[in-house]
Amino acid sequence: MKLTDENVMKLKKDFPILKNIVYLDSAATTQKPKQVIEKIKDYYENYNANIHRGLYKISQRATEEYENSKKIVASFINASKDEIIYTRNATESLNLLAYTIKPLLKGKNIILTELEHHSNLVPWQQFCREYGFSLKFIPINEDFTLDMDEARELINKDTAILSVTHISNAIGTINDVKELIQMAKKVNALTIIDAAQSIPHRKIDVKDLNADFLVFSGHKMLGPTGIGVLYGKKELLNQLQPFLYGGDMINEVTFQNATWNKLPEKFEAGTPNIAGAIGLAAAIDYLKNIGIENIEEREKELFEYAMKKMKKIKGIKIYSPKISSSIISFNLEGIHSHDIATILDSKNICIRAGHHCTMPLMNKLGIAGTARLSLYFYNTKEDIDSLIQGLEEAKKIFKK
Amino acid sequence: MIDSMYREHILELYKHPRNFGNLENFTHASHLYNASCGDDITIRMILENGVVREVKFTGRGCALFMASASLLTSKIKNMGKKEIMKITPEESISLLKIPVSSVRMKCALLPLEAIQKAVGG
Repeated sequence: MKLTDENVMKLKKDFPILKNIVYLDSAATTQKPKQVIEKIKDYYENYNANIHRGLYKISQRATEEYENSKKIVASFINASKDEIIYTRNATESLNLLAYTIKPLLKGKNIILTELEHHSNLVPWQQFCREYGFSLKFIPINEDFTLDMDEARELINKDTAILSVTHISNAIGTINDVKELIQMAKKVNALTIIDAAQSIPHRKIDVKDLNADFLVFSGHKMLGPTGIGVLYGKKELLNQLQPFLYGGDMINEVTFQNATWNKLPEKFEAGTPNIAGAIGLAAAIDYLKNIGIENIEEREKELFEYAMKKMKKIKGIKIYSPKISSSIISFNLEGIHSHDIATILDSKNICIRAGHHCTMPLMNKLGIAGTARLSLYFYNTKEDIDSLIQGLEEAKKIFKK
Repeated sequence: MIDSMYREHILELYKHPRNFGNLENFTHASHLYNASCGDDITIRMILENGVVREVKFTGRGCALFMASASLLTSKIKNMGKKEIMKITPEESISLLKIPVSSVRMKCALLPLEAIQKAVGG
């Protein structure tokens, strides 16, 4: 479905909450369409049961829906079903890797970028402390893009892991992860892609990228909170030890020993987030229905419209690349980002302000934080106009 | 609500904070960081016989933070340690004379936390 203004107005009706607010914080979490909410409600009202091993009809149905959700996720990123591990979110997926990946590593350096969210930084800091590895950071250029020349220098025979964000949650930089992965593959390093900010907005094909691991969260792509994904190549996942131990992840247990279940159950101890998995599948169905390419196209148009208008505001400093994803980070001279957010909130406009869980990046930029708007396909030019108007009013209040 | 929150006296203190700057020969100091927004405050004070003779703060933050730090540092001059430790969050907020929403409480209360840490710690 091509996302014309008219079609977007129709789609907006699927999101009950958008009636009352101008929502420009989709990088934090997206709003949920009725189709997702109804699907979760349907599970709880009509076939709530624990999955696997249930011998009655509703358990069988819950199991089928849960297993089917994995098929839907797998096909969405061109993986196979047993390569999809459910976690709570991208953070947990990254932690799972940080806790289990050591036996697979050669080399001594972990390469990240200066753009990483704390979730793709703090686990590796702890990892390095535990195992004596070093962290290296691919820097950003003055135009907020990644310094690919420096990346070529940093990724070398000493590299054990390259773990990078696809799109920066703080400033919207889109990294050429395919090229970065190629660099890492030349030196036989393992590659991890944080796709939390990219998968809602563009086509992700793990085979085309040749990523060893890729992580994302359901709630940033119309799904519920509490469900996230770790994708891993089967041969690598098979070599990892389990992350959590308990029910469902075992094959056979004696008083003294246990053997592990096959993939992906080996990594899913305990009752999983069944409603979350079913909701995530409904979210992906919704996205597929619109077409991810159409979403990308629509957002490009919105982004350009917003950027053009934002640049005209006097006293604005923008901390996002010219070509960015659907995120614009900025500050207004003489007004703290929290005050901007509070003033906008009084007009029911939701944006985020602060360090966006990227304190080292903010330090590098020499600021405490930014105000950040993040768009999704359900936003309209009117939303952006409201924001601009709100920003002008904030300036007026602080000029008094 | 915005009209009541961003009143002139708050904005005035944001633009021209009181007791802002460095202090040499301080006897008590503290630094606090607000992890939820990246703001920070450093309090330096000179206490004589347990009484605040001079107090200054540096740091960065929003209008509420700046106003709160200005008002509170003014209030505690010539106050004793014990009295300072007794200041409640409600009293600190009431100095602002504006309604403060729950999400902004942390900004407004960081100065009190820092001051109590400096004299108590």
